[in-house]
Amino acid sequence: MDNIKKTIVLNFSKSMVYKPIVYHLVKDYDLEPNILKASINPNEEGLLVLELKGKRANYEKSLKFLKEQNIKIESVEQEIYKNEDKCTHCGACINFCPTDALYVERPSMKIKFNSEKCIICEECILKCPMRAMELKV
Amino acid sequence: MTKTIAEINEKIKKGVAVIVTAEEVIDIVAKNGLKKAAKMVDVVTTGTFAPMCSSGVFLNFGHSKPKIKLGGGQSFLNDIPLCTSIAAVDAFLGVGALPNDDPRNKEYPGHFNYGGGHVIEDLVSGKDLQFKATAYGTDCYPRKKIDTTINIKTINQATLFNIRNCYQNYNVAANVSKKKIHTYLGVLKPNLGNVNYCSAGQLSPLLNDPHYKTIGIGTKIFLGGGVGYVAWPGTQHNPYEARSKNGIPTGGAGTLAVIGDLKQMSSKWLRGVSMLGYGVTMSVSIGIPIPILNEEILKYTAVKDEDIYAPVVDYSDDYPNRRPHILAQVSYAELKSGKIKIKGKEVPTASLSSYSKALEIANTLKKWIEDKKFFLTEPVALIPDVDSGYPKGQTLEEKNG
Repeated sequence: MDNIKKTIVLNFSKSMVYKPIVYHLVKDYDLEPNILKASINPNEEGLLVLELKGKRANYEKSLKFLKEQNIKIESVEQEIYKNEDKCTHCGACINFCPTDALYVERPSMKIKFNSEKCIICEECILKCPMRAMELKV
Repeated sequence: MTKTIAEINEKIKKGVAVIVTAEEVIDIVAKNGLKKAAKMVDVVTTGTFAPMCSSGVFLNFGHSKPKIKLGGGQSFLNDIPLCTSIAAVDAFLGVGALPNDDPRNKEYPGHFNYGGGHVIEDLVSGKDLQFKATAYGTDCYPRKKIDTTINIKTINQATLFNIRNCYQNYNVAANVSKKKIHTYLGVLKPNLGNVNYCSAGQLSPLLNDPHYKTIGIGTKIFLGGGVGYVAWPGTQHNPYEARSKNGIPTGGAGTLAVIGDLKQMSSKWLRGVSMLGYGVTMSVSIGIPIPILNEEILKYTAVKDEDIYAPVVDYSDDYPNRRPHILAQVSYAELKSGKIKIKGKEVPTASLSSYSKALEIANTLKKWIEDKKFFLTEPVALIPDVDSGYPKGQTLEEKNG
């Protein structure tokens, strides 16, 4: 059976914030979660960015479970997008990317974006003077 | 061996001139030596693309019916206030202008998503802009209000006039304090967490002509994707900055004031910029051709990143309080490598100036000259060098005694 590794963004309503979701993903679906970002905003809504490793069938079942809990799921494959028309290849972003998803290609000195390494921390969005890093909805 | 600009233009006309970029010339000189290379090469093209805050555009809207006197009133383009301290339908828009209702740094750090630089980018791209004005009304200009749309085609003139651009070398910004700071050189992490620099180094125009021997008033240049001219030495022009043995200033030195018709420029090469926690500005592209009149001028254009040094300056305390202290001197080769050493600590670097765009500008200018679309000009007057007696800058306190 094929194994997969996916990154997803979970948005919790106020009532769901205190439920042990990650525990169920491990126990009931045999998934290996890696928490990349977790936060609760002033309205007590939660955001969780998870990397999930495991069997595809289990992963798909887990998504069904999450949906039943009224958790909004976003896939992150292309969540942050580098608008190549806007990027001027300065470099203001690169030292704020925690995973080196944004990096300088040498010797061309062009700024490249490897979306597979991006963990949607959003640090680059406001650091970019051209606002070339966009959050795709 | 000497050449004149007229002779070089003649070669351009005949299609036999040799034009190379300031990057290509380095190897040519290394392989052939100065003497031989000076005979081979006729023009070296330079380029730079970076935020240049003392930029702006003079606009003439044309008269409404009945006429209105904008001067002395309030005018806005896309809610960005214009400077209306000149005649009836002329106004100036600076790249740092913000909407009156922008929260600025009240919610620190401010985002500064739209300002004067963005209006200029929108204007040059051909977009319609909302133009609103109120005036006090006179017998000859009775109208007191206008609310309409304009675009670059409907207004009479749009003249880009940048009073200080193209800085010859610049500070590398660092932060030795314990908190993150937001500066015009980007966001700086605490405890020397990163540094930002802002120069195209070996491609930068004034670093290739460090004693202003060919770049002067009237020099025709690539400006904002079109053609412009050097108008004057820029404000804060300071030829007296310390220099290395190769003549290259080791800190911010010469500057240029430049001018050109915005209507023939492009939004690819004039870009609104938002500096988090600082404000708005605009990235300006400039490319300047250097005629190789003799071996000395060629030698200057062959300068390499490893021979150009910039000062690392603390922007948390030394810079705002005007202390002349520097943390280190580093070369552009080190800066471009991605990390430098300051006091034994390895610090990651990043640039606000785009080297790849600077190279694209130098190559575009090279192509224009090769295609006989662009000829070189003799400067009308040179800009002040070290021995010119040009007045040195002072602080306000020094001036007021």
